[in-house]
Amino acid sequence: MHFPILTSLIVLPVAGAILVLFVRGDEEQSAPFVRKIALTVSVLIFAETLLLWSRFDPSSADFQFVERHAWIPAFGIQYFVGVDGISLLLLVLTGFLTPLALLSSWESVHEKTKAFSIFMLLLESAMMGVFISLDLFLFYVLWDAMLVPMYFLIGIWGYDRRIYAAVKFILYTMAASVMMLLAILGMAWLHLTTTGSYSFDLLRLYDLKVPPHLQFWFFLAFALAFAVKVPLFPFHTWLPDAHVEAPTAGSVILAGVMLKMGTYGFVRFAFPLFPEAASFFSPALAMLAVVGIVYGALVAMVQPDMKKLVAYSSVSHLGFVVLGIAAMNTQGVQGAVYQMLNHGVSTGGLFLIVGMLSDRRHTRQISEFGGLKKVTPHLVAAFLIVTLSSIGLPGLNGFVGEFLILLGAFRWDPRMAAFAATGVVLSATYMLWMFQRVNYGPVTNEKNTRLADLGRRERAIIVPIIALAVLMGVLPNLFLRPIEPSVARLVNRFHQNAPAHLQVDARPSAIGHQPSAISHQP
Amino acid sequence: MLLLIPLLPLLGFLVNASFGRRVGKAAAAAIACGAMAGSFAVSLLAVWRLVVLPPASRAIVDQVFTWISSGDFTAGFALRLDPLSAVMILVVTGIGSLIHVYSTAYMHEESDAEYARYFSYLNLFAAFMLVLVLGANFLVMFVGWEGVGLCSYLLIGFWYQKQSASDAGKKAFIVNRIGDAGFLLGVLLAFKTFGTVDFQEIAPIAAAIRPETAFGTVSLITLLLFVGAAGKSAQIPLYIWLPDAMEGPTPVSALIHAATMVTAGVYMIGRNAVLFSHAPQTLAIVAAIGVATALMAGTIGLVQNDIKRVLAYSTVSQLGYMFLAMGVGAYSAGIFHLYTHAFFKALLFLGSGAVIHAMGGEQDLRRMGGLKNDLPITYRTFLVGALAIAGVPGLAGFFSKDEILFDTYARGHTLLWAVGMLTSLLTAIYMFRLVFLAFHGDPPAPRATAGAGHVAPSHAAPSHHAAHLHDAPPAMTWVLIALAAGSVLAGYVGVPPVFAGSNWFGRFLEPSFSGAVVHEIPESPSLEGTLMVVSTFVAMSGIGIGMYFFKNHPRAADAVAERFPGVRNLLLNKYYVDEMYDASIVQPIRIVSEDVLWKAVDVRVIDGAVNGVGETVGSLSERLRRMQSGSVRTYAASVFLGVVLILGYYLWR
Repeated sequence: MHFPILTSLIVLPVAGAILVLFVRGDEEQSAPFVRKIALTVSVLIFAETLLLWSRFDPSSADFQFVERHAWIPAFGIQYFVGVDGISLLLLVLTGFLTPLALLSSWESVHEKTKAFSIFMLLLESAMMGVFISLDLFLFYVLWDAMLVPMYFLIGIWGYDRRIYAAVKFILYTMAASVMMLLAILGMAWLHLTTTGSYSFDLLRLYDLKVPPHLQFWFFLAFALAFAVKVPLFPFHTWLPDAHVEAPTAGSVILAGVMLKMGTYGFVRFAFPLFPEAASFFSPALAMLAVVGIVYGALVAMVQPDMKKLVAYSSVSHLGFVVLGIAAMNTQGVQGAVYQMLNHGVSTGGLFLIVGMLSDRRHTRQISEFGGLKKVTPHLVAAFLIVTLSSIGLPGLNGFVGEFLILLGAFRWDPRMAAFAATGVVLSATYMLWMFQRVNYGPVTNEKNTRLADLGRRERAIIVPIIALAVLMGVLPNLFLRPIEPSVARLVNRFHQNAPAHLQVDARPSAIGHQPSAISHQP
Repeated sequence: MLLLIPLLPLLGFLVNASFGRRVGKAAAAAIACGAMAGSFAVSLLAVWRLVVLPPASRAIVDQVFTWISSGDFTAGFALRLDPLSAVMILVVTGIGSLIHVYSTAYMHEESDAEYARYFSYLNLFAAFMLVLVLGANFLVMFVGWEGVGLCSYLLIGFWYQKQSASDAGKKAFIVNRIGDAGFLLGVLLAFKTFGTVDFQEIAPIAAAIRPETAFGTVSLITLLLFVGAAGKSAQIPLYIWLPDAMEGPTPVSALIHAATMVTAGVYMIGRNAVLFSHAPQTLAIVAAIGVATALMAGTIGLVQNDIKRVLAYSTVSQLGYMFLAMGVGAYSAGIFHLYTHAFFKALLFLGSGAVIHAMGGEQDLRRMGGLKNDLPITYRTFLVGALAIAGVPGLAGFFSKDEILFDTYARGHTLLWAVGMLTSLLTAIYMFRLVFLAFHGDPPAPRATAGAGHVAPSHAAPSHHAAHLHDAPPAMTWVLIALAAGSVLAGYVGVPPVFAGSNWFGRFLEPSFSGAVVHEIPESPSLEGTLMVVSTFVAMSGIGIGMYFFKNHPRAADAVAERFPGVRNLLLNKYYVDEMYDASIVQPIRIVSEDVLWKAVDVRVIDGAVNGVGETVGSLSERLRRMQSGSVRTYAASVFLGVVLILGYYLWR
């Protein structure tokens, strides 16, 4: 039997956390040691995800590195994990961002460092687990387990209104996921009534024929949980609060990885489990996504707080992802998966940079800054590149995802793509406006005249982000290849099982008049 | 080999961006100019290889790697050299090199770090521009398209401490993005329609269909693409960013906002001539927008007092000419004007740069005058540029402008031709107004001290030019002379048959437009000759009017202006278009976003509902809490009850 690499992704962070737990001494003595342990462990995990990628067979659509053990046999609950093209790179992203997040809090977190490091590692463990779970029960346990460390990260190391934000975050997400738990139990029960045994096995449940009226309710239950997590308009109001109050590391992980749990959930569970309901709801979902794209951008534009601005921009960017998923064609879904990675890199990078500014000035108000280019040229150069990556400049990562999503959406319903394309203009507006107010002009605030430029630790944080943004923009096929087979199979299965969606697809588009008459000419 | 053309400037960018601040100005300039010169040399070599091929097979393709592929969609990073892109790369690297050299002197007062930053941006711009023109498919073109927009943003806002500069940069980027969104949708519809984004694959499919008689898919594709072109090439209604872009250093205005980037929209239509020619409805719109823009910008140019803004409106106007050419199907004429315009407009901008440099940053024509004796080389070269743009026979602008006007008239667009003529008159007037105000007449009285009062940022050291103005340093004057020579000679590659020429330029470009629907014009030397006489007369009248009002009778211009104060104000305020956009689009969006969407919808309605649910649940729980009596027996009883109910359900079933 080969090395259980996926399990090790869950176990290793926990082992690291236990190790940290046994470090002795008071805060002063233990903190440096604790930080190094946590960082080392997280770097090891990142290396492991890279190893996983190198061993992954990119031509296969199947789940790989599968491990399956009985857990609670009476109810058909298993420990069942595996990875396919859709989850592979999300694991790598998680592995990539966690060390950066830890580095970002190297100095800003100086109380209860031990507990902080433990929560970060436990969070990583749960996130890895969510992405590899192929058993719905296991998935749900980890899905909820993930909330706990984040709750503490916001509640203990956050800013002024941290308690309100943390409570809102956990109650909102948990309330929504309770519905999903009921639907999961319902699925297991349905498996019992059709086959005679309980099962939470995702692959078996994929094959289960769910009656349409149940699909309807189950899909809604799953969709609610995921929509809150994404967050899809109008379920987004927990996000600005959580982001603004969370410490930098929390924001990076929250935006970089946890929001993708929602979109991942749509791709992995809601759409393939309930294809007919999904095809019934996907226009509505796409509509909410498009509204979110425009709404998030407009609200982001007028935010006086940088972190809030970036938070609302996430609503806009994640709207693109949901739009791609709703289109349910290869380009749309592949673009959506790619955009999940992009958003982790770009928005993670933006939060890291805002964190650096707020470490220096202990404020995130845009009006407190101005003229930084003169004072901290390197920091501003990094800020510029990350900004450009976020607004989807071709040659950097964001463009590839946005383009594929728009392409997928356009083939499905050109009107959706046309509305979403306004996001291209609006994102440039709010990002460049913020960039100008923070970095250009004369230095107006006395406190900004002596800010330090990027330090060595900060370079170690931001250089990997920039390198990845360039790599993903120039050589996207490196990342698109392993994603494609799994996406293609997902899309094919979906269309086999959801005749309704096909009708939507074949409907004559609103704009294009008889496109077929042209394309069939030699 | 094609890859090397954009790669060299890209390397120049990387080197200067990483080490430029440490190697000193001379090295930074050498790296940047060397990269451009190298790229020019490779371009010459590549074009030579192209020219030796037989005309029908003149194309060199360089498939670098597969960039994006997903399902049935593929976009390779592929470069393609054909006659059309050959013209473009020579313009970009040739004139680009000259402007790099000019900049070494013009920007010399900047600090080492800023100097290196300037050259790194300039190199990056060249790299993206070359990708734009060499790109073999829409997606690679789009990389260049947005990339040059980025560099334009960075260079307009180069003096970032100045609010107006950073505002102008941002405005340019955002207005361009509006166009880009249209462009992107056009590309998507093209892919949906043709199943590919490769120019070479789209063209034959498009050529095989009949031109659309009603507004159909091809019309929509081309119209969306034209939205992108209108953004990039500053046409109505998206032209508003270009005049503001003059906040950037003057060599940047010459390179990006006159000679190269702003012509990208024209080039894009030329690149997709087959597609556009099958959408006559779109072409009609292109021609109408082009000529309207030409006229509108020409009228505004008449009254502007900032030397660079006059030139900016002139550029908008000349770009309108090029779109007119494209719109009437005179593709090679449009590209011909693009090419000659690059010479004389770069010359005019760089000449104005020499003036501004000499005047210590002064840009207001009203504070200039009599400069022809102080700046003899600048004056003479500038005059050549002005004559060329006015369309005086024998100079570059004459040939290209005339070809456009002739093609327009001969294809039966008499009204467009008439407006084009009127614009031509305006061009001559505003150019010579500029020449006479700046170089002739008397210097305004307070000039002895003027230098000290009007110093642009970074054009420090006002003292030494206040007393005795002089021509720019050799690096700048030689470039002016070279461009002046080009402005005279460039037109001779396209001498029309009426002058016993063979329009070599037009024939060279032909393979790039093969498959486009062209309405053949019967050869008519007499008509062409007549039109030439008319346009020469128009150009001369314009110069004469300029001379009358701004040289010989300066009071007369004021008198006319006073007769029509409304018109004057309208023109001075650029038809209030910026104000209208601000009041009807910008402010409403801002106010609605802030006061309605954020503060009302988001905070009150949505979040209010969320918190309302939370509070309701909270108060319900408060009541439920009373049921938690703390008595173990009560709990045990309720657990038992629950178990019984569940068991009962299963047994009953």
